[in-house]
Amino acid sequence: MSTVAVETVGLVKRVEGAVSATLVNGVDLKVTEGEFVAITGPSGSGKSSLLYLLGLLDAPTEGELIIHGQATSRLSDTQKAQLRLSTIGFVFQFHFLLPEFRAINNVMLPMRALGKLSSADMRDQGVALLKSLGLEEAINKLPNQLSGGQRQRVAIARALANDPQIIIADEPTGNLDSHATDQVFSILRDLARQHRTVIVVTHDLGLAARADRTIRIVDGRIAQSACDLTAAK
Amino acid sequence: MGFLFEIAWTHVSSRIRQTFIGVLGVATGVGFTIMMSGLMQGGQRDFIHTLIDNMPHITVTDERTSVEKQPAEEAYQAAQAANLVAVERRSGIKNPNQVVSSLRSWIPGAIAPSIKISAMINVAEQHVGVSLTGIDPQQEERVSKLAGEMRQGTIGDLYHAANAVLIGQTLATKLGVRVGSSVTLSTGEGVSVSGPVVGIFEFHVRDIDEGQIYAMTRTAQVLAARPTLINEMRVRLDDALAAREVASQIEAQTGYRSISWQEANSDLLSAFKIRDFIMMLVMGAMLLVSTFAIYSIISTITNEKRHDIAIMKSLGIREQWVQSIFIIESIIIGFVGVIGGSALGYFLTVSISQITYTNPFTGGKQPVPIYVTPTDYVAIGILSLFCCAVAALLPTWKATRVHPVDIIRGAS
Repeated sequence: MSTVAVETVGLVKRVEGAVSATLVNGVDLKVTEGEFVAITGPSGSGKSSLLYLLGLLDAPTEGELIIHGQATSRLSDTQKAQLRLSTIGFVFQFHFLLPEFRAINNVMLPMRALGKLSSADMRDQGVALLKSLGLEEAINKLPNQLSGGQRQRVAIARALANDPQIIIADEPTGNLDSHATDQVFSILRDLARQHRTVIVVTHDLGLAARADRTIRIVDGRIAQSACDLTAAK
Repeated sequence: MGFLFEIAWTHVSSRIRQTFIGVLGVATGVGFTIMMSGLMQGGQRDFIHTLIDNMPHITVTDERTSVEKQPAEEAYQAAQAANLVAVERRSGIKNPNQVVSSLRSWIPGAIAPSIKISAMINVAEQHVGVSLTGIDPQQEERVSKLAGEMRQGTIGDLYHAANAVLIGQTLATKLGVRVGSSVTLSTGEGVSVSGPVVGIFEFHVRDIDEGQIYAMTRTAQVLAARPTLINEMRVRLDDALAAREVASQIEAQTGYRSISWQEANSDLLSAFKIRDFIMMLVMGAMLLVSTFAIYSIISTITNEKRHDIAIMKSLGIREQWVQSIFIIESIIIGFVGVIGGSALGYFLTVSISQITYTNPFTGGKQPVPIYVTPTDYVAIGILSLFCCAVAALLPTWKATRVHPVDIIRGAS
């Protein structure tokens, strides 16, 4: 029995305001270590909201999120930030690289925030990460000098900077052409093989099919969960 | 936290135009604040210097601080006297030599006994009431600037003729006398003496130049019909600012009224307090203006950097750290502004000190007094850096409290 990396118990996210809505409506989910999970669903189904909850970017209205056995609802903002920094890597649809910083500096940013390595080690590790993603020539370039696919891969490298156990990606291929999409998905796939937990939201059912498990979200609930661990591995 | 500084530095250095405007705002504020402070302090110091230079720091007079006891009160414990004519005592300081030498033993400065009397100066048919001070020329040099203000003749010339006098420039013009002219002095005691004018001084202070004359101690004693009279002691201290304490000590020791220069000019000095207050307000307003410049620039930067803020927070960089990035930016802009402002302030003060103006009262040409110490630069610099940091607090706090999810959702 593999260890559970991410577990949710009755997770609910409601927004109050001019328009009140329940984005996530009681999700119970277990994702084991090394699992590659794809979350699909129609627009507005709450899959991104669920992802933000899983990634500690947003706080649930009700329910509990347990990451590596640690309940998170009582953590302070600073503690959550620290947990995010050290164990969760985020990739968004939009690359969100800091525009004034070269690729290597963007990748080193989370390392420097964590502050566990010496400057030289950070640089070495950043270079190694970029190289492993085929970005050797991009190391010292600014984001606006890179192609869309390169930027997204730099963003992945940044997400991996602190060697997180959990990778969370929100439509990481949404803005990419098919070649780049393929590349990015292969990288995520490989990460799962390296025993990291990968959770990806995607519209692309073809890509979702390459995951270990697909979770379909409709109206904030899990509508269907297809598990095909053996086939994928 | 080197990377926070690095991010801040990258932000400000990649927005040169904006940064430059911010720096300009701070520099202008700092520069003109330094200039203002220099002018205010310069004017004040100039005035106080004139004041301190032209008058003794402490004047001890024979005036008593309380009414003398009536003989009955001294003889009988129970006696009480009221509304009686004051006991007649001979005026003057008793045992002046003893008092002077005992004061000399502890006062940090010089002390010179003198006689101050009212007299009439008569030349031809003109009679002008003046204040006559009988001095010892050797000691006078140590307690007043008279020697330096002589336009013709010297203090020492008093020795060279019997009953010689020194008179002020304005009075000399008024009476039509010059060095060598003979004048007659007379007093209410019915004494009158004649002697030559041996020197003319000019303090550029009307009261002195028109109403004050100096003669030898002896001459004054003759005019007062009191051959041993000493009714005034003038003290010049090494540290003029200690005058107040020393004066009260002298008063306590001798019982004679001692007036420090501060007390003698208390109304002027209290006017300076108000001036200081106004200066603080004006300088505060200038710094406030530059603070607004910073506020607006940091607001713009944080607004433009909403995505960066969101992404840094989503990466797990703490809110306070993200906020401090922008506060550091404000301080960088402020720091460069302070450096530039100090240069501007220095340039302004040096330029202004080159300007001379014609004193409307004395007609003399003199430079505009301006006075700035390195401490002023440092104090104004630190104050504006502080203002910059404070100005950045609100916009950065607002900007960094943004929820990353809101931004990320909006962007994708």
